[in-house]
Amino acid sequence: MNTNLINRYPFIAIVLLTLAIFSSVDTAFGAETDDPLLAKVMIDEFENSLSTDSTTSWGAQGWLGYDLNKLWIKTEGEYSGGEVVDAEIQALYSRAIAPYWDLQMGLRRDLKPSPSRDWAVLGIQGLAPYFFEIDAALYVGKEGRTAMSFSSEYELLITQKLILTPEIEMNFYGQNDPEVGIGSGLSDFGAGLRLRYEIVREFAPYIGVNWSKKFGNTADYARDEGEEDSETQFVVGLRAWF
Amino acid sequence: MASKNTLSNIQKLVLEPQSSLSRRRFVMGAASAMMLASLPFTQSVLAASMRQGLTTLSGKLFDLSIDYQTVNFTGTDVRATVVNQSIPGPLLRWKEGETVTLRVKNNLDVFSSIHWHGIILPAKMDGVPGISFEGIAPGETFEYHFSVEQSGTYWYHSHSGFQEQTGMYGAIVIDPKDSDPVVYDREYVVMLSDWSDEEPESIYAKLKKQSDYYNFRERTLVDLFDDISDNGLVNTWNARAMWNKGRMSDRDISDVTGYTYTYLMNGNTPEKGWQGLFRKGERVRLRFINSAAMSIFDVRIPGLKMTVVASDGQNIQPVSVDEFRIGVAETFDVIVEPEVDNAYCIFAQSIDRTGFTYGSLTSDLALKPLIPPMDPVAVLAHRDMGMNMKGMDHGSMQMDMSGNDDKAMDMKGMDHSAMQMDMSGNGDKTMNMKGMDHGSMQMDMNKVSATGLGLAGYGSNNEIKHISSEFGPQVDMRAMSPRSGLTDPGIGLRDHQILYQRKVLTYADIRGLTPTRDKRQPSREIQLHLTGNMSRYMWSVNGIKFADAAPLELEFGERVRITLVNDTMMTHPMHLHGMWSELETGDPDFIPRKHTVIVQPGSSISYLVTADALGSWAYHCHLLFHMPGMFRRVQVNNA
Repeated sequence: MNTNLINRYPFIAIVLLTLAIFSSVDTAFGAETDDPLLAKVMIDEFENSLSTDSTTSWGAQGWLGYDLNKLWIKTEGEYSGGEVVDAEIQALYSRAIAPYWDLQMGLRRDLKPSPSRDWAVLGIQGLAPYFFEIDAALYVGKEGRTAMSFSSEYELLITQKLILTPEIEMNFYGQNDPEVGIGSGLSDFGAGLRLRYEIVREFAPYIGVNWSKKFGNTADYARDEGEEDSETQFVVGLRAWF
Repeated sequence: MASKNTLSNIQKLVLEPQSSLSRRRFVMGAASAMMLASLPFTQSVLAASMRQGLTTLSGKLFDLSIDYQTVNFTGTDVRATVVNQSIPGPLLRWKEGETVTLRVKNNLDVFSSIHWHGIILPAKMDGVPGISFEGIAPGETFEYHFSVEQSGTYWYHSHSGFQEQTGMYGAIVIDPKDSDPVVYDREYVVMLSDWSDEEPESIYAKLKKQSDYYNFRERTLVDLFDDISDNGLVNTWNARAMWNKGRMSDRDISDVTGYTYTYLMNGNTPEKGWQGLFRKGERVRLRFINSAAMSIFDVRIPGLKMTVVASDGQNIQPVSVDEFRIGVAETFDVIVEPEVDNAYCIFAQSIDRTGFTYGSLTSDLALKPLIPPMDPVAVLAHRDMGMNMKGMDHGSMQMDMSGNDDKAMDMKGMDHSAMQMDMSGNGDKTMNMKGMDHGSMQMDMNKVSATGLGLAGYGSNNEIKHISSEFGPQVDMRAMSPRSGLTDPGIGLRDHQILYQRKVLTYADIRGLTPTRDKRQPSREIQLHLTGNMSRYMWSVNGIKFADAAPLELEFGERVRITLVNDTMMTHPMHLHGMWSELETGDPDFIPRKHTVIVQPGSSISYLVTADALGSWAYHCHLLFHMPGMFRRVQVNNA
């Protein structure tokens, strides 16, 4: 990883380096156990908007652990106009509670926009009937702040390697936080559609379209800043894991 | 009890005088090279055929070494672990009644071991690290020493880590002390295996990260449109609803597929093709051994009937078949009698039809056999989840799929055409009886059901119970109404009789050649559930993985029944070390002895065990990536 990239994408760099350290544990794997210590790094989304104000955004997860107990790292964010405008990272303890469900708890830090906000997290992640991937969480912050997030994704196989993925994501907040431009209630909703081609399982370039809309006070704060309250972006990106 | 037909076959095999003059026993390697020298073939053909044979070692004293070696099956150089510098290792030829000594030198930088699969021997000689002995340390030589009390076809392999998957296996043929009841002019060992250039540790890690990593047969949008146009939207939805609700795939046949595996016959890739010679009119004995890591094979020789004469080294009453399934670690001996000069294809396709290997049985090494296309891939049916199809008529079926939100499944709307097909497969108990070809059996079974435990030879009558350890994140499915695994040819083979007029071997066809030795009734029954969570890639017995499990305790001399219930959708070959698994195929007088028993998905099967071997023994699924979790220590204690 060259230094230029590290300067431009500090958070991505930190996360990737951390996860790379995780993944090196594979080599320590002893075959005698059914449940070796493993790590997985999953870059779900790493994409560039095709519009004029080129925006790079990312969403990645990584875990280190065993079949039923894992340390889980999640991050997502956006880089635009020469700086990171949005970035959050979560560190969670994840425990299997049902065949397809993990209960996750830990901390989330919103690094950008400033000032940063910290939250305690209680979430659930897994696979719902009909193969919907679900990630839902409750957050409690300082000064009575609360929040909730929900995202769901579905994989539609067009062929064994060409896969269409619709997804939705929404965020709710318990109170207004004008400093970071968040209003109470449903603050934003996003829907995406990505078409990826798995060259191999671990490496898949994609094209996609994202539509997002801000609601309520969040939309008002955005308009005050001179931003649109909704946008549609065409993206090209890369999905990868190891 | 054998039918008339079978008896006449036995007479043919057993009573035909063994003509020592006409009997020529060519195995492989040097012997076949000698024979080739007398035939008018070019040197290059000769050289090619010598490369592809197995090396045979015979006698009482064997020196074996375990080494790393670079091999190249696919065009890439990869490191393998090998016995005596070859894959497979040398064929060991022993004689029943003799004592053998095997000095095994470990030249690896890690512990190693060799386990003599299917051989009845003292626990300390069994070669399972952590159970029978410490293992063989790097640089050390371990001396195995035991007397050979059986005859037939067996094999050996490493029981350390994932060494077997990278090449550590070889065949064992034990000649009988007395005359062989099976008469033949020529014999070949046919050792089937799978090879991957990926390190097994890496395959295992990938499966834990994405369990369908190697499955490129999932349903697609194209399939969906096809189904809708064939069956309509509603029927398509209904047929898939249960799988989708259960987050399971009806295309989930094998964990590891031809995507990474190259299938081998006697160490030869399909590109190379193994060859065995015959002269027309000869009776050729083929000793099939499945030494694969993860691949179950379906074997046939188009144009030739196969008479199965032995299973897991033990002679059985001959059964004539066109096709048989061989689970990992099983062995089957068959007799073929090619009556014309030709090249026959010994065709072994993997259970998931993602690949095959083949060899030719040929009267002329220059002839190439016609390689048949693979059969269509199987799609799992609801019965493979252990569902009772009868219940569907009443719409009252309960299907437990652990989703905690969808326990009761409404069967009313299910695809009726699919159901009919399932019903026609001889799955349920009434139909099993028909398959057993004796009307008297029906009566016996009625008697059995009165006793509770069930009479020896007929299998379990006990209720299937799912105990509390089977519930939790480690288990994703429980079979509510498991079928008998006895008459089921298995997924992908069920309709072969109807479609292709191929008679497929089932376990119900197998009867011991010699009478049952221990005719006692079982004094108790142990019900074991083969469990797992496919998406987390966890495997266990009764929901408890080996690391957390107490040993299974047997009392020396006792006669127990083990009933295996397969609560997963995978086909598991279960191997008990040290003692025979006497498969209850419906004839108490001729119970066949096996060392490895396939348990079909959503099915149950029973066998009797006489605990006549003191000490600690391994008991596990022989799919090597299931083995670390789906494993038990069996402890036979003095009373």
